[in-house]
Amino acid sequence: MSLLAAALFTDRLVHLTTTDFVIIVFYFGLVLAIGFYLKGRSNTGEDFFMAGREMTAWIAGLSFLSANLGALELLGWAASSYQYGILAAHWYWIGAIPAMLFLALVMMPFYYISKTHSVPGYLKLRFGESSRALSAISFAFMTVLMSGINMYSMALVMRLILGWNINVSIWVSALTVAVYVTLGGLRSAIFNEVLQFILIWAGALLIPILGLIEVGGWRQLRDRVAQNASVEYTHMWSTLGSFTDNPMGIHWTGIVFGLGFVISFGYWTTDFLVVQRVLAAKDLRSAKMAPVIGAAFKMFVPLIVILPGLLGIALLPMKLLPESQAIATGGHSYNEVLPLMLARYCGPGLLGLGITALIAGFMSGMAGNVSAFSTVWTYDIYKAVFKKSATDEHYVSMGRWSTVIGVLVSIGTAYLVMSFASIMDYVQALFSFFIAPLFGTVVLGMLWKRATAAGGFWGLFAGTASSIGMWAWVKADPTALRYVALSPNAKDMAENMYRALWSWIVCVLVTVVVSYMTKPKPASELAGLVYGATEIPSEGDVPIYQRPAFWAVVVTIVFVILNIIFW
Amino acid sequence: MHGDDSISIWFFIGVSLVVNGVLILAAGIYQYMNPPPVAEQVVLFQLHAGIWWGAILLLLGLFWTIRYVPSRAMVASKN
Repeated sequence: MSLLAAALFTDRLVHLTTTDFVIIVFYFGLVLAIGFYLKGRSNTGEDFFMAGREMTAWIAGLSFLSANLGALELLGWAASSYQYGILAAHWYWIGAIPAMLFLALVMMPFYYISKTHSVPGYLKLRFGESSRALSAISFAFMTVLMSGINMYSMALVMRLILGWNINVSIWVSALTVAVYVTLGGLRSAIFNEVLQFILIWAGALLIPILGLIEVGGWRQLRDRVAQNASVEYTHMWSTLGSFTDNPMGIHWTGIVFGLGFVISFGYWTTDFLVVQRVLAAKDLRSAKMAPVIGAAFKMFVPLIVILPGLLGIALLPMKLLPESQAIATGGHSYNEVLPLMLARYCGPGLLGLGITALIAGFMSGMAGNVSAFSTVWTYDIYKAVFKKSATDEHYVSMGRWSTVIGVLVSIGTAYLVMSFASIMDYVQALFSFFIAPLFGTVVLGMLWKRATAAGGFWGLFAGTASSIGMWAWVKADPTALRYVALSPNAKDMAENMYRALWSWIVCVLVTVVVSYMTKPKPASELAGLVYGATEIPSEGDVPIYQRPAFWAVVVTIVFVILNIIFW
Repeated sequence: MHGDDSISIWFFIGVSLVVNGVLILAAGIYQYMNPPPVAEQVVLFQLHAGIWWGAILLLLGLFWTIRYVPSRAMVASKN
């Protein structure tokens, strides 16, 4: 044991007891057991890639949210709240809730009725093969990068808290995910995501509870944050009138239109990683209800992510630093705020559960990426380009192999990501490259009958190219920031938001212009794909409290109240 | 998410919470009876969070485990 420990461990923030180890090992055993248990229920393509389309609204909804609760959510946004204050909560409220409700009530019927296996698959039905190919390739690229980022983040935390060797962390967690997703497909990923969702809350909720007890309540927390950082750190909207009045260097137009509209709608309505979970719902009402359930829980995730960051400002005895400075000085970085808070309050057993919560977050994010990659690779790239007609068994086999290959490529990506200083900014840049234009294409495809195949393809291409072009422009000439982000003071996140907004506008404009120059499809070919050409099935004679629209209104009211409280 | 012959995900979650709850509760009681030196105690040690948090997880886990134990769930689905 001592030789093994010497090989695995270096310096560490905390020391785990036997109880903690048992909790962590039990978690790994349970997720693998679930994978083996579900192996026999993943023999057909519908089972492996779509979980048999038999998930309840609750399972689909929690999985929809859990797939997004990866390493970046837990660590990255806790770090961002330490760095930028409560402004980071915008990514959970205006940056998520309206889009999730829009997906539920407006877009889900078209995804569900078309019986597509994926978002690129919908583009194929609506705009043809070229749009699907462009979307599928960019999605596959983005997915393995995201998966690698998740792995890197996890390995970083394991090294920081436990002193675990970074290579061991990456390989053990990646191979565990590979085993349970390869065996049980999407059903196994969804089962484990729901388990991971519960464990994340069980392990992380104690930090804000004990933190608020220690600091003396919200009012005292606000005072301590104002004293240790600035009074702007606890206001969500009142400081957004000017680029220079808030820690993020952003204007409210960037938050509302860039984040709240383009990035958020792009991610929550067209990123197949999350949409795939909802497509696995057992019927249309469940598919519409799932994002509403996800939105209801999403509103409260800041409790376990944003609040610990603020508590870190108020209570931690040391000042946390940007990653590069922390490395240079041997101090602690922003990314360490959540583990530091965990170590502050959690004794034996609780620490094991807290570590399990972090690992669960990493694994749910990785499994989400890998299962979505496997589906898009198999259906939208392999089947579309390499082998158009093969048996269902063959495609399931390809799905299993692509899961393993996806994990291996992600591991390679994790090693690449180590050279990047800021994890979150990098991800936001990726979103603006691919997700924002994709949202323009999909939403026009669903809501505008006149959009043509050529319009869809060239709009998507122009939007993506313009986004990459703007990014390269600012990299080559930093003064270009004043044009791209409307201010020379804009920080990276603000730049990403404005770039997403411009690329979406470019996509929409090009789609509209090219569509008017080309011949549209006849209305008969648009049935089930476009608003106005599709009859939306009735939800049946159910009471109002079982209707997705009713709960969407409830969520909207709570969303508005929360924004007013923290104005 | 459970058909006639399958185990509900809520059962797995229940089992997980029961095991975690028992371990955390036991560790909390042990720490209560044998407190570590002050220098090694976590902040707010005197609240003994392990005891009440472990108990909450255990109760929640027992509820889900009993409610979704496979034999009971199968009987319910046949009725």
